[in-house]
Amino acid sequence: MFVHALKQIGRFSFEILSSMGRALRLLSSALIRRPDHRNIPLIIGQVYQLGVLSILIIVCSGFAIGAVLALQGYTQLVRVGSESALGLGVALVLVMEIGPVVSALLFAGRAGSAVTAEIGLMKATEQLASMEMIGVDPIARIIAPRFWGGFIVLPLLALMFSVVGVWAGSLVAVDWLGVYSGSFWSVMEQGVDFFDHVMKGIIKSIVFGFVVIWISLYQGYDSLPTSEGLSTATTNTVVFSSVWILVLDFFLTLMMFEL
Amino acid sequence: MTRNSIVFDNVSYNFGKKEIFKNLSFEVPAGQTVGIMGPSGTGKTTLLRLMGGQIQPDTGTVFVEGKDLKKIKRTELFELRKCLGMLFQSGALFSDLTVFENVAFPLKEHTRLNGEMIRYLVLIKLNSVGLRGAAHLFPRELSGGMQRRVALARAMALDPKLIMYDEPFTGLDPIALGVISNLIKDVGSVYECTNVIVSHDIEETARISNLLYVLSEGEIIGQGSPQDLKKDDSPRLRQFLNGLPDGPVPFHYPAPEYMDSLIGVKNTKRTIIKRDD
Ligand SMILES: Nc1ncnc2c1ncn2[C@@H]1O[C@H](COP(=O)(O)OP(=O)(O)O)[C@@H](O)[C@H]1O
Ligand SMILES: [Mg+2]
Repeated sequence: MFVHALKQIGRFSFEILSSMGRALRLLSSALIRRPDHRNIPLIIGQVYQLGVLSILIIVCSGFAIGAVLALQGYTQLVRVGSESALGLGVALVLVMEIGPVVSALLFAGRAGSAVTAEIGLMKATEQLASMEMIGVDPIARIIAPRFWGGFIVLPLLALMFSVVGVWAGSLVAVDWLGVYSGSFWSVMEQGVDFFDHVMKGIIKSIVFGFVVIWISLYQGYDSLPTSEGLSTATTNTVVFSSVWILVLDFFLTLMMFEL
Repeated sequence: MTRNSIVFDNVSYNFGKKEIFKNLSFEVPAGQTVGIMGPSGTGKTTLLRLMGGQIQPDTGTVFVEGKDLKKIKRTELFELRKCLGMLFQSGALFSDLTVFENVAFPLKEHTRLNGEMIRYLVLIKLNSVGLRGAAHLFPRELSGGMQRRVALARAMALDPKLIMYDEPFTGLDPIALGVISNLIKDVGSVYECTNVIVSHDIEETARISNLLYVLSEGEIIGQGSPQDLKKDDSPRLRQFLNGLPDGPVPFHYPAPEYMDSLIGVKNTKRTIIKRDD
């Protein structure tokens, strides 16, 4: 019984380690592919697929969250008479925390799962194998452009999320609840520092983008060529990405904000 | 001595515990059309994957065009593949590209031909498989047999010196079958391309091959020209060639006794019911 359990644990850890090894190998072989001038259109294509097509969900979510933040913030701040700091509060929370985290979660659900399903299906229908036999390396042709596309795009989406959120917050606060617009914007301007706040948010979303697109590519590339294998891979992409985003967010915050 | 396009030297390959090939050795002489036949599930597709360097043997060596696939660098392997063609059993067309773009893909990747030239070559290849009219369609709009004809045109696009075909004759109607098998034969005789045909279709494969290998249970059980094989009277070979279900070559995937499975006896010991035969 005990030996059996031990064996199971051993096999399980071996499986995790070898899977991490395969993921690292995929990443390193995608990274060492020399960026060929022919890859640029492919990367631009992926920026469109992964980024431009995600704008709608990012804008809608950013708007909703910015509006809610302003409402919640207002009800608290107005009690101590400091609703003039509302703009600053909304902006800081969005730029440093909610913008990078929520847009990464949305990116995993919208773009990451699509990448996994696409690559998994290409694998299952032997399109990757046939490309390889034509003498075109699928890592360079399929994996690398998606990696770079996803990597570039998430920080931009996160910024867009925050900007839309702040705008929604100003609509709620200034236009609806009647916070004085001068103080809403000027307190925000004074309080938000590019290097102290905005840059740290961008670093977070660069890390999240890297992790999410890596997980998505690996899950697709390593999926079993069956319908169940594909569904497991897509689920794994969303679940693993989300957990990693939240865990990394904690550690990044710890590291960057010198608590 | 003739030059060999492919050499298998004592190759063994396993899928987990299942032994697919055991010390397999054979050659494919350059410029010949070689048929490798065997019942389904013997590892014909696996054999082609070994030839293409997509999987590596557990022991032994595979040489393709004189190169040891185990020692070759990744970039060299991709370079080598530019002069190989492979027809996949499923066709494996790129689903997001049209028929035309599928056939043009290898040309665009590996040549510097201009658009007009590529168009010209693609249409020739598509015409030879009878699908010039389908150039603008997507693979999903074609039947399985038509997809495989497109895949054949794609495999031939760069006029490779070695083409491997995985079951090229399945899913084709009699007319297409005749056209395709003649096409494969011509590629071999006119362009002196080496053809490796892997198939369970004995008649059609024997008709166009110069040399045949019969594979069963990881071993070569017969080899020689089609005439030689007709004369060979080894029982395993006769059973396969004559299509008999019973004989030394098993039709069944390895399994416990049939009756045992049906009545749900664990292990292979039969204790409850005795058949009176
Ligand atoms: N991915 C795999 N995992 C485990 N076994 C496999 C796998 N692919 C094929 N096999 C086994 O290898 C054997 C040979 O398969 P294959 O080469 O496809 O046969 P063929 O093409 O001759 O019909 C089959 O018995 C099959 O069960
Ligand atoms: Mg097969």
